[in-house]
Amino acid sequence: MSILVIADHENGSLKAATLNVVSAAKAMGGDVELLVVGENCGAAAEAAAKVEGVSKVLVADNAAYGHQLAENLSLLVADLGKGYSHIVASAGTTGKDFLPRVAALLDVAQISDIVSVESADTFKRPIYAGNAIATVQSSDSVKVITVRTTAFDPVSAEGGSASVENVDGAQDAGISAFVSAEIAKSDRPDLTSAEIVVSGGRGMQNGENFKMLEAVADKLGAAVGASRAAVDAGFVPNDMQVGQTGKIVAPNLYIAVGISGAIQHLAGMSGSKVIVAINKDEEAPIFQVADYGLVADLFDAVPELDKAL
Amino acid sequence: MKVLVAVKRVIDYNVKVRVKPDNTGVDLTNVKMAMNPFCEIAVEEAVRLKEKGVVSEIVVVSIGPKVAQEQVRTSLALGADRGILIETDEDVQALDVAKLLKAVVEKEQPNLVILGKQSIDSDNNQTGQMLAALTGMAQGTFASEVAVDGDKVNVTREIDGGLVTVALNLPAVVTTDLRLNEPRYASLPNIMKAKKKPLEMTSPADLGVELKPRLTTLKVEEPATRQAGIKVADVAELVDKLKNEAKVI
Repeated sequence: MSILVIADHENGSLKAATLNVVSAAKAMGGDVELLVVGENCGAAAEAAAKVEGVSKVLVADNAAYGHQLAENLSLLVADLGKGYSHIVASAGTTGKDFLPRVAALLDVAQISDIVSVESADTFKRPIYAGNAIATVQSSDSVKVITVRTTAFDPVSAEGGSASVENVDGAQDAGISAFVSAEIAKSDRPDLTSAEIVVSGGRGMQNGENFKMLEAVADKLGAAVGASRAAVDAGFVPNDMQVGQTGKIVAPNLYIAVGISGAIQHLAGMSGSKVIVAINKDEEAPIFQVADYGLVADLFDAVPELDKAL
Repeated sequence: MKVLVAVKRVIDYNVKVRVKPDNTGVDLTNVKMAMNPFCEIAVEEAVRLKEKGVVSEIVVVSIGPKVAQEQVRTSLALGADRGILIETDEDVQALDVAKLLKAVVEKEQPNLVILGKQSIDSDNNQTGQMLAALTGMAQGTFASEVAVDGDKVNVTREIDGGLVTVALNLPAVVTTDLRLNEPRYASLPNIMKAKKKPLEMTSPADLGVELKPRLTTLKVEEPATRQAGIKVADVAELVDKLKNEAKVI
């Protein structure tokens, strides 16, 4: 039994999410092989070969895969994946985009966003915005799975010595093309892997006021997140959204500022170890999940917090 | 050009769901049902494309029990031209939904298919991608902007790091993100008019699709509940607790 894991990488380096996905794959039992697919991804492949518990690294380096277009990736992965018992990727936007396409090409179901591996064919996954956990069993010969990375501890990035093999040729469906990208730049840690996250909601009132949260975040080495209300109101870009339809985070410390705690927001952060809520409405649902709650006007509390740190 | 929009009947997004005591699923009896929010955005986008003169006909399709007609009628009231309900009482899994939609695509030959990016009940985020794969179409998932340009459609997609724009050959599949648009409300006259619009009833068997569920749900349980913690009096106490009790900063 071998498991094909599709590595997450960017600008020549392997992303931390890959280590969590390898960890989930190991729990399924079997040889774990990593596929690094992209353009100029040699350095990421070298890093992949060092990942603990990986037996082989496959590298598909071609311009056709340069922008991770689902139409092209899915042809390659469906082709390579036929001989594996499991095909696994992280439940980031890339995995969510191409993996269901792979599953359909192989005529199998996909199991999305698993949070636990019960056995080689049985998995747990959240449904209804995380308000219920379903245990599902797959009867397919190839299990196609995306993994919620925050639910699995990462394996070590060092210590492995996998062989590296090139995949020749490129699959180009020729029906889609990259036009442009607008990537948010930030010196702060990545939201999904940060140890501490400071998030703001509608209570922030405008984008300018997020600077207060950024000051606190910088002192704590934290990432800055937001609720849907803050994103919809245009305070901050959508890639900062935490929730059912945004990013799922599970940091050691989550500080929710001016966030009421709607079902859809809680879906994205209720796995955090310690939750702090700062809100002037003491009836806000966020206080029902917060370990530490402070009923106060955020415009007083946040500058005070900044000073106290 | 013709647009096909797929809509799903789901539990209303404001409802706090309850897991059945026997752990077989979520209790849906006497619970408020509605159109999946992402599907509403899909209908709205199709209607806007029609208002711009890009689209000439909007066909809405849903799969589900007879009562799912309500969601098809809602779509018609919002501006769709005609509806199709593939009636079944089975719980249809994403791959089979994609196969049913493929059969509709073959019959209707739309130039564009718009779906929501995920349904808020199963949270799968699969159907659009699977339909695109089965029909060999290009896909623009998690769209926050859609611009038809001749025989191509430019789709701006929400990705983890920001936004990316792709150009897709038509026909193509687009799945909507929340930022794509703000759906309108149906007016009473439009709701009345929608009752006269055609709604075709069909079934998986009529479409020649055999449902083959691959996943068995063994159990549905409540997630581990978090207990409410304590209220602190001021910022100083909060910082002290975080440093000395929780030890997270």
